[in-house]
Amino acid sequence: MSVLASHPVAATSPAMDPTRSFQGLLLTLQRFWAERGCVILQPYDMEVGAGTSHPGTMLRSLGPKPWNAAYVQPSRRPKDGRYGENPNRLQHYYQFQVILKPNPPNLQELYLQSLEAIGIDMLLHDIRFVEDDWENPTLGAWGLGWECWCDGMEVSQFTYFQQVAGIECAPVSGELTYGLERLACYLQNVESIMELNFNGLEGDAKVTYRDVFLQAEQEYSRYNFEHADTAALFRRFAEAETECRALLEKGESGERHLMVQPAYDQCLKAGHSFNLLDARGVISVTERQSYILRVRELAKACGAAWLKTAGGGAN
Amino acid sequence: MPDLLLELFSEEIPARMQRKAADDLRKLVTDALVERGLVYEGAKAFATPRRLTLHIAGLPVRGSDIREERKGPRVGAPEAAVQGFLKASGLTSLDQATIASDPKKGDSYIAVIEKPGQETIAAIAEIVPSVIRAFPWPKSMRWGKASAAGASLRWVRPLHSILCTFGAETEEPEVVSFEVDGIVSANITYGHRFHAPGAITVRRFDDYVAALEKARVVLDADRRKEIILADAKTLAFAQGLELVEDEGLLEEVAGLVEWPVVLMGSFEERFLEIPAETIRATIRANQKCFVLRNPATGALANRFLLTSNLIASDGGAAITAGNERVVRARLSDAAYFFATDKGNLPDLDTLTDSADKLGLDLSKPLDQRMAKLVKLGVVFHAKLGTQGERVQRIAALARELAPIIGADPDLAERAAKLAKADLPTEMVGEFPELQGLMGREYAELQGEHPSVCAAIEEHYKPLGPSDRVPTDPVSVAVALADKLDTLVGFWAIDEKPTGSKDPYALRRAALGVIRLLVENGVRLGLLANSLNLYGSLVSSLISKRNMSYELELKWFEGTDLDPKMTFAKEILAKLARESPDEVPAIYEGAHSLLSFFHDRLKVMLRDQGARHDLVDAVLGEGASGSDDLLLITRRVAALGRFLETDDGKSLLAGYKRAANILRAEEKKDGEGAFAGVADLQLIAAAGLIEEKALAVALAQATPKAESAVAAEDYEGAMSALAELRPAVDAFFDKVTVNDPDPALRTNRLKLLNQLRAATLAVADFGRIAG
Repeated sequence: MSVLASHPVAATSPAMDPTRSFQGLLLTLQRFWAERGCVILQPYDMEVGAGTSHPGTMLRSLGPKPWNAAYVQPSRRPKDGRYGENPNRLQHYYQFQVILKPNPPNLQELYLQSLEAIGIDMLLHDIRFVEDDWENPTLGAWGLGWECWCDGMEVSQFTYFQQVAGIECAPVSGELTYGLERLACYLQNVESIMELNFNGLEGDAKVTYRDVFLQAEQEYSRYNFEHADTAALFRRFAEAETECRALLEKGESGERHLMVQPAYDQCLKAGHSFNLLDARGVISVTERQSYILRVRELAKACGAAWLKTAGGGAN
Repeated sequence: MPDLLLELFSEEIPARMQRKAADDLRKLVTDALVERGLVYEGAKAFATPRRLTLHIAGLPVRGSDIREERKGPRVGAPEAAVQGFLKASGLTSLDQATIASDPKKGDSYIAVIEKPGQETIAAIAEIVPSVIRAFPWPKSMRWGKASAAGASLRWVRPLHSILCTFGAETEEPEVVSFEVDGIVSANITYGHRFHAPGAITVRRFDDYVAALEKARVVLDADRRKEIILADAKTLAFAQGLELVEDEGLLEEVAGLVEWPVVLMGSFEERFLEIPAETIRATIRANQKCFVLRNPATGALANRFLLTSNLIASDGGAAITAGNERVVRARLSDAAYFFATDKGNLPDLDTLTDSADKLGLDLSKPLDQRMAKLVKLGVVFHAKLGTQGERVQRIAALARELAPIIGADPDLAERAAKLAKADLPTEMVGEFPELQGLMGREYAELQGEHPSVCAAIEEHYKPLGPSDRVPTDPVSVAVALADKLDTLVGFWAIDEKPTGSKDPYALRRAALGVIRLLVENGVRLGLLANSLNLYGSLVSSLISKRNMSYELELKWFEGTDLDPKMTFAKEILAKLARESPDEVPAIYEGAHSLLSFFHDRLKVMLRDQGARHDLVDAVLGEGASGSDDLLLITRRVAALGRFLETDDGKSLLAGYKRAANILRAEEKKDGEGAFAGVADLQLIAAAGLIEEKALAVALAQATPKAESAVAAEDYEGAMSALAELRPAVDAFFDKVTVNDPDPALRTNRLKLLNQLRAATLAVADFGRIAG
């Protein structure tokens, strides 16, 4: 084993040490996947609930063109906010996302090597692939795969996409999602996300996750749960939905489509408005399903339009 | 005799699918072999997280030769027929056919086709790929480059390699050569993912198992289970503790490891304040770990057992520490949930309206949760309204049912109002399987009456034919109310189970009602109760909701109300509430529900090995009390016992004879021709002594049987019928029914008709099988 014993990144400086520095973890993963041929993207500049929503996964996983990418995606889950008081739950956190299309035959081995790269010794720790069939109803996406466990803790999600935007994936992509905060807590051996060492330095130079994010968690929890303007959010949902449909219609150009990505942005906006409304508790159980369906319809329409673009493999 | 070894090596197969997949593999391959005439001595299949393995022992090297005779046309038949025959039988000319002589039909051609038996190895090479391509996984997927094309191979997770060898013990086995979507069969396997990932060359099953064992893979799931259980018990014993056994968890854990290593972890003692069931559920569901208890007190210990898949270089210290971290985090959450659920809700002032609706006491935490459930308007079913509305109905019904069951109406109502209150608790939100149990826990903490606490937990019961039936009258009242409301509700909106579709588990609910009534000896007029419930439900559905137009029209059907009339809905709602049996849809609905109960009762009796035809006999037209399930089961039991006796068997035979004669004669004389009482004077004047005896016996036994049935004394009714037996036997022995004298014939048929009527008072003997 020990494929990456000679990996050049680790331990050269504490700021880059994935077991001591949050940013070191993130950079190590980026470097690992860059060395394996991935395009390293930057986070998508919109509010999304998960790395999957990034067009780099959601759209690029559709159509025949090969695509290998990795990126960090800040993920917003308004409902999960706890005013910064819960050690494990945040309304804003980071996911590290890898998407490989088609999935290489040795994806499991590559994934395990990435764990070694961030300092997990396979002969010391119990790594397991436990059944977990992934589904994202608002994106019309599902796949089969696992939760990856390290000593009983879920550290990643591993999925072979079967359908995205209601469209069969041909070929299938492999998607890896690392929950960075949780992984870092484990590597740094701390009990609360807020205690994470962010920059890997000690003493006065040390910056913690708390220093960076506690205030934001408190402010956004207030906003998400108490003060978000629900009337405006309902309006924004409807506006985004209308604009998404309008852009999809205007972008139609015979066999091709010319405006998928702006339309998809509107789909993401509708999704985020819905998430905020949900957190505010103003959507009843029965309505909830119909909102999810409305976003899904947008996502499906965007997916279908993507297949009529160069990125989606149309000639 | 040669053996087959087949291994399908893949990425991790879900634990819950492994056992069935191994069985399917064995069955599919052996069936296909047998179909080709290849019989074997034994076959066994195995599964680990990464492989399905099949070993078939004692196969022949090749199948037996097959000789087939194909009959052809007559000698001298037209050329077209001859050509067709030659083509079909693969002959080139008639010289290759033989001629069969038949003195009647003349000579005809016969083709003898001899097929040499197929080599077994060739048969396997055909069978295995087709089994793999059509494997019945509950869920399967495509992967990799090949998935760009439409019809690529599907497997539960990516399939990586296939090992397939065939050969006798004494010789070097051959690789059975085939290819499935680019995977070429070979004699290679792989060991444990981390301990021995390299390729291993294998000859046959024996060295395969040994090589895997050496490479840290225990092939047999049952052996892995034994190892886990034995090690778990040893570790527990060493600490003076006892393992809380859990077969489902054991099976799952054995499907998550190839090389089980059991380790013990612990958590802070302060977490033991959390209810034991919650700790167990947390540790089981999230961590797949076993919990331990103190053998003396039965109390949960602050230890758990995890099963790792690794002989760790530090003896498992890091793995244990990691699992402890997670367990600690989970238990912290649970402790937080528990504390939150026991405390007040923050927004109590917003709940007063909701609390008033149900008469809840907002000073109590569980009442607050119920009020919150009402306020949130959580929908039970789109057409049937919210959980809050449903609880109101259940509470009213439980109160009504209470006196019948012998429960305190106040307690029954209170229990019903709190029965669903744990649904919005944090704990049940996290662990839905704890519903009911947490409600009880929280009810106890706020000092509810013990029967109320029990009913909150037990009202979901019985969950199936083997689940325990509650006996506390309060629990019975709430359990019945809950299930009846569900059944009537779905009947009212026309969502009955059909075929294999029963999404709301209505069959289970009906069986629950039957068992609650029968096993607790509760007598309940189901029809009257369902009619009332149905009526008030329909009434509120009409008033409160906009139902589908079709459904509303259905309710109007057969009434003299015009749906377009002003206030039509209001009038129908009032009618439904006050005289439900005057609304045809409700009347029919309630009767359809009753026959659903009857069907379920039959299924239940059949499953218990009882004679379900007796249910039909007891329910038969004319039998009263058919909506009292307890009485039905008692009558069925009494009838069953009676039919076991000689009197019963003989009377049944007599009945059948009488019924057959009557049926034949009624065809001639018309239905009802023999109604009425036989003429005793005619019997005295011209009849036989046996005739008279039967007339007398009938005159005595019939009112006895009828009054016994009326008094619900079924044993008494049966003995009254038994008294008829000697007279019936003697009658058939001596008397000719179809006497030439028409008056005597009619009179005798009247006697038989009276006999039929007498038995009908007890049961419709015509519906008894045999």
